[in-house]
Amino acid sequence: MKLQRVFIALTALLISSVARADWTLNMPRGVTDISQEVYGLHMLTLWVCVVIGVLVFGVMFYSMFKHRKSKGAVSSNFHESTKVELAWTLIPAAVIFAIGVKATYTLADMYNFEDSEVTLEVVGYQWRWRYRYIDENAEQEVSFFSSMSTPRDEINNRLEKNENYLLEVDEPVVLPTGTKVRFLLSSADVIHSWWVPALAVKKDAIPGIVNEAWTIINEEGTYRGQCTELCGKDHGFMPVVVEAVSPEEFEQWLADKEQEAIALAELNDREWTFDELMERGEEVYSSACASCHQPNGAGVPGAFPALANSPIALGPAEGHLDVVVNGVRGTAMAAYGNQLSDADMAAVITYERNAWGNDVGDMVTPVDVYNFKAGE
Amino acid sequence: MSDADNARPSHTRIIVKMVSVVFGMLAFVFVGLVPMYNLICEWTGITGRTNEASLVQDYVVDENRSIKVQFLANNNADMPWQFRPMVKTITAKPGEVVEVSYFAKNATRRDMTAQAIPSLSPFEVTPYFHKTECFCFNQQPLTAGEDVEMALVFQIDPDLPAWVQTISLSYTLYDVSSEQQSAAVTFQ
Amino acid sequence: MTTATHDHDHDHEHHGPAKGLTRWLYTTNHKDIGTMYLWFSFAMFLLGGTFAMVIRAELFQPGLQLVQPEFFNQMTTMHGLIMVFGAVMPAFVGLANWMIPMMVGAPDMALPRMNNLSFWILPFAFAMLTSTLFMEGGGPNFGWTFYAPLSTTYAPPSVTFFIFAVHIMGASSIMGAINIVATILNMRAPGMTLMKMPLFVWTWLITAYLLIAVMPVLAGVVTMMLMDIHFGTAFFNAAGGGSPVLFQHIFWFFGHPEVYIMILPAFGIVSAIIPAFARKRLFGYSSMVYATASIAFLSFIVWAHHMFTVGIPFLGEAFFMWATMLIAVPTGVKVFNWVTTMFRGSMTFETPMLFAICFVVLFTIGGFSGLMLAVAPADFQYHDTYFVVAHFHYVLVPGAVFSIMAGVYYWLPKWSGKMYNETLGKVHFWLSFIGVNVLFFPQHFLGLAGMPRRIPDYALQFADFNMVSSIGGFLFGASQLLFLYIVVHTIVAGKPAPAKPWEGAEGLEWTVDSPAPYHTFSTPPKID
Repeated sequence: MKLQRVFIALTALLISSVARADWTLNMPRGVTDISQEVYGLHMLTLWVCVVIGVLVFGVMFYSMFKHRKSKGAVSSNFHESTKVELAWTLIPAAVIFAIGVKATYTLADMYNFEDSEVTLEVVGYQWRWRYRYIDENAEQEVSFFSSMSTPRDEINNRLEKNENYLLEVDEPVVLPTGTKVRFLLSSADVIHSWWVPALAVKKDAIPGIVNEAWTIINEEGTYRGQCTELCGKDHGFMPVVVEAVSPEEFEQWLADKEQEAIALAELNDREWTFDELMERGEEVYSSACASCHQPNGAGVPGAFPALANSPIALGPAEGHLDVVVNGVRGTAMAAYGNQLSDADMAAVITYERNAWGNDVGDMVTPVDVYNFKAGE
Repeated sequence: MSDADNARPSHTRIIVKMVSVVFGMLAFVFVGLVPMYNLICEWTGITGRTNEASLVQDYVVDENRSIKVQFLANNNADMPWQFRPMVKTITAKPGEVVEVSYFAKNATRRDMTAQAIPSLSPFEVTPYFHKTECFCFNQQPLTAGEDVEMALVFQIDPDLPAWVQTISLSYTLYDVSSEQQSAAVTFQ
Repeated sequence: MTTATHDHDHDHEHHGPAKGLTRWLYTTNHKDIGTMYLWFSFAMFLLGGTFAMVIRAELFQPGLQLVQPEFFNQMTTMHGLIMVFGAVMPAFVGLANWMIPMMVGAPDMALPRMNNLSFWILPFAFAMLTSTLFMEGGGPNFGWTFYAPLSTTYAPPSVTFFIFAVHIMGASSIMGAINIVATILNMRAPGMTLMKMPLFVWTWLITAYLLIAVMPVLAGVVTMMLMDIHFGTAFFNAAGGGSPVLFQHIFWFFGHPEVYIMILPAFGIVSAIIPAFARKRLFGYSSMVYATASIAFLSFIVWAHHMFTVGIPFLGEAFFMWATMLIAVPTGVKVFNWVTTMFRGSMTFETPMLFAICFVVLFTIGGFSGLMLAVAPADFQYHDTYFVVAHFHYVLVPGAVFSIMAGVYYWLPKWSGKMYNETLGKVHFWLSFIGVNVLFFPQHFLGLAGMPRRIPDYALQFADFNMVSSIGGFLFGASQLLFLYIVVHTIVAGKPAPAKPWEGAEGLEWTVDSPAPYHTFSTPPKID
């Protein structure tokens, strides 16, 4: 009876996974000239290996069936031949040489950084990406963080997983098609690696070093990738989403983002109510804080302190501001003063002081944050 | 091998040889690999570090070329200072002496010391990018609430490879305050 | 034990081992120490395997079910460290201890007391390493490659214990290697010239040189970490003028020869087993020796192929790509030689032969994916994905581990004096063979489809192959318990084995009784 139920559950599990089955076997061709070349190289090497494999294993299996003792095979005596050895040294060397030449040309293409039109700075943080468009003509710099937006409930199996599970972000990076985009990659903490398979771009983001990569995207679309260098706890939850749009749309988007950035700066100046701060604070908290301090503020014992009922969240606002704005040296707590706007900072601190049973009741306004940062 | 017919082969010789290889390799890591890496980085410019101060050179300014220089500023994640270039992009002619500056403010309640780490991109530019004055040559202390404009003076070598049109100079700011200074804030 | 035992001049009385626990604690007998190495490595294999089971169980389905990401990272790290330093390397040292003196006609290892020491510090190293899992902040969680600054500035406090454990393992390996070099160069029986040595001895000689050259590099790099963490230096810390990339260069300067340390002795084992069961001399003995030496040499100039995405200049990238692809040539020579040895032989397929043939096929598949990974532009797509995981598990599990199992089945009659149960051995082989392929082959597809390695949870398109892979993993894991049973059953209740249980086997080890007497070749054998 019990066994039967387990069996049914297992079958249902298998069927449900087959229903969304995606038995992809091969590398994607991608949407750039480089990614096509890489795909070509990959297939070339693969087929060379297959041919060599069929030949070698063919001979081997032939001998295994023909030259077995049970079939009365008597072993020969040969055990040396310089000619044969020379042949199977030189022939593979020639095959490898051919692959190497083709690969070297592709490699040279990848290292050609001339004539780029758009420069995008990519900085890795534990565990999100910051994108900044380097544009000298911009009135206001466009710079934003891109964090995974998959709800924790989906990860913890309390909600059904959506189709872009773990590969979705709150704010994708937008790039123009047909335009040479140069990436400048770096990191603010440990080594990360920025990868979008469809673009065949993967480059490490290393603290203190700026790395370069480039791409020209041929097709509009949404391309998803992930961090590919182990960067700590939430390494698996650090997706990259690139939206490729036409150059005109891109210009429009960038102009809108500039306006948005100006508007965001104005948010710092406007009056906020407690409820507005709480609402915005919850959003900020879930994208910037929840991965360590947990959505319920309980933290992770031994690693990340709880915020619910913590002396800092319940203490004077000044001390709370100090920890969040300036970070705590020697711990995983980063200095968020440079990562959050004054409005977001005010919101998240207000939220932390009044959520999960914390009931300080006060609110921290963007002006308070501004004054704190100004040293007043 | 001649040992084979020796009735009492000496293990000591082999042990001495092997142990000296072991210590030789250990020493090689510290006094060989590390300096070698730094030397190669310096020659080729890999990692784009431009830490050495150079003297102002008597270059003939190349009026026909103009190079776009982008200035970037980043903070290490635990560095709370405000840090940004005063000008984001300039156009420079190879050979001319260019002066720009970065702004830094320590808005915390404690005295701190910072170190800026430069990185040039593309890194091939590094050997052609001569800084005569840079805030990254020294640590920068700031008392609580203090701010500063930090100077950067450089010259681009006219021999800069022709394919380079844009140079990005990025600084990452690190907190290098001694432990006493940062002990002011402790958890809980 | 008397010390006179190890004074090779004295023609002393043969006597058996001491009784009780002290026999194992104080022993300087190469056979005892070899046995302890083998049991220790098997224990570590099961421990590291348990960690692998935790990983595969968590990855059975998308979402987090069993463990949290921080613990998952500790599992991947400890699995790697334990398997590399605790299972594969000590197993080869164990085989070397047992077989090298018998193969070259020596009464014991050259430096028996150091031999005892180099074994007995290992359990302490691994006890220390494993204990970090129970420490505040958890054990090492930065991957077995422990890239700075994740392993320095951002490491859990237990990293110091990890560093000391690595130091001890390194010391043990270095002592073991010196011992092996001294034994091979000094202790051969008269007439046993270098080019008459069995290939297992040759590959171990070259491996030992590799160990002596690169274990100090590992010791150096962890010492630098220790200094960065505790003494304020800045080798790898960008803030102090150091570079995290320097860490990777030093680590892989050790790391690439290290992966050959784990495969060269396997070549030696297979080169002993295939001729034995093909009843035909090994084809191209001298080319095998030269190929091994060239692989060892090349291993020193290819390290940066692990770092293609780190931002190496074009010329560097091209150099490391070409040098890496070159390794395929001598490796190919070896495979061709094994296949030609089988060709027109008179083959039988006992368990050691099955494992050895499986080694040739699956190691070659791992070599193919290695060639693909060497192609730098394509590596931008493969790097740090499951394709890499599939690659190195193909060369290490059906490669190194299967060769060890082949060796155990092949020499167990000599060690224990008993025959294993052939049927059970074959069942173990087929379960392992199916398990290992179901486990690792789909990981190629996962990597190509874009699944990064070292992640505790994955996007939905990777779900199916992960489930298949996990099922293979559980099968492979469970079948190793059968291996344990087979070995124990053989020792306890196996049928007595003759001195030379394999018709086609060659070598001095088959000229002594089974089980091999406690002291062998006290008077050197005659070699023509």
